[in-house]
Order: sequence, then C-alpha cells, then structure tokens
Amino acid sequence: MSSDLIDTRDKIARRETTARAVVQSTIDRIASVDQELRSFHEVLAETALAAADRVDADIKAGRPIGELAGVPIAIKDNIATRAGRTTCSSRMLETYRSPFDATAVERLERAGAIMIGKTNMDEFAMGSSCETCAWGSVRNPWQTDRIPGGSSGGSAVAVAANLCAAALGSDTGGSIRQPAALCGVVGFKPSYGRISRHGLVAFGSSLDQIGPITHSVRDAALLYRIMAGDDPLDSTCAPKAVEDPMPLLEQPIKGLRIGIPTQYRKGNSPAVDAALNRACESFRSIGAQLVDVELPLTDVGISTYYVIAPAEASSNLARFDGIRYGHRASGNFPDVNALLSASRAEGFGAEVQRRIMLGTYVLSAGYYDAYYRRALQVRRLIKNEFDTAFEQCDAILGPTAPTAAFPIGGVTDPLSMYLCDVYTVNTNIAGICGISLPAGFDDSTGARLPVGIQLQAPAFADARLLHIAHAFERAHGGRQHPP
Amino acid sequence: MLFHSPHFRRTEYIKPLDSSPMPNPAETLTVNDVRHVARLARLAMAEDRLPAMRDSLVSILGHISQLQAIDTKNLEPMAQPLPMRNRLRSDESGAALSTADLLANAPKVEGDFIAVPKVLGGDSA
Repeated sequence: MSSDLIDTRDKIARRETTARAVVQSTIDRIASVDQELRSFHEVLAETALAAADRVDADIKAGRPIGELAGVPIAIKDNIATRAGRTTCSSRMLETYRSPFDATAVERLERAGAIMIGKTNMDEFAMGSSCETCAWGSVRNPWQTDRIPGGSSGGSAVAVAANLCAAALGSDTGGSIRQPAALCGVVGFKPSYGRISRHGLVAFGSSLDQIGPITHSVRDAALLYRIMAGDDPLDSTCAPKAVEDPMPLLEQPIKGLRIGIPTQYRKGNSPAVDAALNRACESFRSIGAQLVDVELPLTDVGISTYYVIAPAEASSNLARFDGIRYGHRASGNFPDVNALLSASRAEGFGAEVQRRIMLGTYVLSAGYYDAYYRRALQVRRLIKNEFDTAFEQCDAILGPTAPTAAFPIGGVTDPLSMYLCDVYTVNTNIAGICGISLPAGFDDSTGARLPVGIQLQAPAFADARLLHIAHAFERAHGGRQHPP
Repeated sequence: MLFHSPHFRRTEYIKPLDSSPMPNPAETLTVNDVRHVARLARLAMAEDRLPAMRDSLVSILGHISQLQAIDTKNLEPMAQPLPMRNRLRSDESGAALSTADLLANAPKVEGDFIAVPKVLGGDSA
C-alpha cells in the first residue's frame, strides 16, 4: 500500500480492491518487514480480517458504508482496544486486556476503520526515541540503526513503512510530532480538549492529547474530524463544535501571515536550518507574508514541562498497584507497601521510575511551591507569550526537532534526551495545536534522514492549522518513501 | 478563574505567594532524600541504585532551577489549558462493565474476589 488513507478508502468503495485484500496485504507486509523495524507489538490479524469481511459484505450488498470503510489503522499501545492487549510497552501491563475501547477508537471503528495492530512506544509514553520500550527499540525505516523518535515511534514507523493506512499516537510533549518528523510523515497534535482522552492511559492529564500520524495532511484532517468532539466520558473534552477542516483544504489561502520566532533558529543542525529556510520559500511561493515573532520563553519549556509532566505522571501512575490489574511481585511481603513497592519496581522500567521519582519530589512537602506552583506560573507566561505572538500571525513555523534521528544508543543522558523536545513541549504546555510535516532530508551522514517542520496555531484553530498545512504540503511536496 | 483545585487553595493558605526559593539540588539532595522519595512513590529501590538515581535527579533539577530566574509575581498558576470549570455529567445509570470483565485482569482471583497475599501485621504503612 503506497497510497494515502483516502485513496485506499476510495479504491475499496469503488470496488477496485476489497477491504480483505487491503488488510491481507498489510498483514503480509508487516510479516515481511516488521521483524526488523519492530513497530508492532501485536498484529490483530484475526479481528482485522473479520472486520474487513464485514465491510466487503456491506459493499457487495449495497449497504451504506462509513467514511473509513476498510482502511487499516494502527493504534499506539497506550490507547485501549478490546481486541488484543494494551501494554503501554511496559512489563507492568504485559498481559493487560482492556474491557473497553477508547472513544477515539470507537469513533474510527464506527466509521468503518479496521484496527490492524498495536504499536510499540516508549514505556508509558516516556521517551523521545522508543528506546524505553520494554520489548526492545523500534527502528527507523530510513536507516535501521537510527531511532524513530518517540514516544509514538511505532505508529510513525508503521505509517512511514506503509504498514497501515494511518496510525494513532498520543502527544504529551511532542510524542506524535517528533517521531513523525524523524520518520518523514505527517503528525498532528490537536488542541487540548479536542479529542477525548477516554481510554488513553493517562500520563500528564493536562498535556495528553490523541492525534493521527498519516501519509498526508488531508488524511490527518479526516481522522481528526471523525475523532474530535465532546465525550461524556472525558470531562476535559471541550463542549465546543468541531469545525470541519475538509471543505477548507482546497480553498486558496489569502493574506496568510506565518510567524517565525527568532528563538526557533538557535542550535539546530545545518540540515534542519536548511529545511526551515526552504519551508519559508515554499510559504512565500503561496503568497504568505513571513513575520518575525518573539517567544523568549522557548528555552524554559523543558524545565516547565519536566516539573508538570512528572508531577502529573507520579499521580496518574499511582494507580498501578498490581492488585486489581498489572504486574504483581510474587513472594511474601511484611506489609502492603512492601508488596506494592516490589510490584512497581519490577513492573516499571528505569525511565518511568525516574519520572515518578522526579514528580514525587517536586510535589513533596516543602518543594511543592518552589517547583510545582512556580512551573504552573511559568506555564501561564508561556501561554501569554503565544497569545501575543498569534496577534501578529496566523501560524508559527519552526523545526519540529533540532536534529534528524540519532543512532540507537547515541543519547544516554536523560537531560540531553529531554532537550530533543525543545520545540514541541510548549505546544502542550499552552494547550494549542501543532502539526509536523515532512520538509526535507539530512544527507550529511551518508544516510537519508527525514527532517520535519512544525506549524503551531492557537487553541481550537485546528481547522485553520490543517488548511495552512495542506497548502504547505502542496507547495513543498508531500512525503517520500523510505528505500 | 482557571484554577479551582482545592489542593491548591490549601497550599495558598499555608504559604504566602512566591515565597519558596528553589533549593540547590547539588548541595541539598541527599541519598537519604532519594530513599525517602522512593518510599513515598512506593518504588522498592536497592541501596546500590540510590546514588545513580540521586545523580540523575540532581542533573534534571539543576536544569529546572532556571525557572527561579523568571519573575512570576502575582501570576495565577495555570493547572490546565481549558477555560472551563469542573464539569459534571448527570447522575444517571448506564452501561457498565461486568464483574467478569473487571476481574479478568486481576493477577489472582478466587470466585468473585481479587486474591492478595497475606500482608497484614506489618507497621510501615
């Protein structure tokens, strides 16, 4: 399958192929290439083929079909599906089977989409490289000794290597956009509160958002429209009408102002700077006006994030006690806490433990005000700074990540790993929307490594962001395929 | 207007605004502190792992201390991005998961109960 989701859907609907043929060829392709790439933890072959047959029967009988009828979609393994397991790539949930579907999954299935499998990720979405996955590192299809990015690395690889029509990821600080950039595909983080988090295993509840990773912007726009909207099962899902981006996409853009923060031009690799410059040219070619904007707090985003996200994670992950579900240590323990502490120490990997420790520390007596309260105040400043910048422009342009993919094992210091997300975390901190688009390659290492650019727009301007992204994609060229 | 957490109001009563300087973790964070935090976090941590955990926390907290230089006077903390209060849904019964569904993931089950090892009798809770 080398066409995008909408092409595949149309071919199935026009009976040029069948859902079964699409799903079977996807399963076959996964079997032939994914042993090396390791993007999937579990392929849901049986349920996917059964669902495909139902779609084909509906088409044959002339019954109405959904907008996504027959297209195989991969699901990050922290998003609950009744089919298969939902492990968060953690020993803690190695055998966990969700008794319900996430709202996002339910809405995709209602539109006829087929869940093809569960993708590997950094454990509990904590990482930027897919190296903290308990089942081993995921590999970048452009150069298999490189990381795919993270935490939704499996989903980005599955799209990049044509192992699905599209994938779902989750983004707490860049976890959709950064792997999309490093794998050369489209990754969209909608505004906070746009897509229900019901069934997304909570990491940072004020930051987490589900979003699509796709071959094209129009695919992302369609999946967004189907998934977005209020949900009685998630009180943080905004009760606000969803603007349909699809009719906007093909309309010309007039008077477009693209803001480029001077702070987004510091410390990037030469290839990333070159891609950004070419992206500026593409925007000029469609008549956009480029304006300088200032986001002086860009550099403190990581510090703010690494107080707020671990604080929320330490609270959210307190539920994993190994009693009702999850890993339980065996043996005899003198008291309840010894049992819980042993289960959690065995179930969680090193990075998850580090973040729980950090979060527990910044929330502990005597440090709460100094760290957590102050981070929440800086969070407001960061949001205010975006508000001011968006008075001067419709969207903000910059790199998604400061470099292309680094070698697996190439970054071992946790802080250096955290700093990879310098351009993405503030999107989540402010609750605005962001999208990463393929923008070129870094050829300096001998390999061809994708580079992405990020566009950011105000909260709930998701349709406008997709419109601008689509215009860029057409001007700049869409994704390319790995060798 | 955005911040309605009762948790937060409590700390506001205890301490005046912007009164808490960040400690210098390299000087103040000890292995004893790490052991204490691990206990609060319910993570069993072998003694020989404590120094490395301390070092990585010191490195990250050292970076975070850049927040100290930012003027946050009179700024309302922002706990989440949405300009809305807690929403409640109407108190109506609806579809629910079955007992069997809920027990299916328990590590050990006896009848309709989740089974746990005998752990009463200790006093470190």
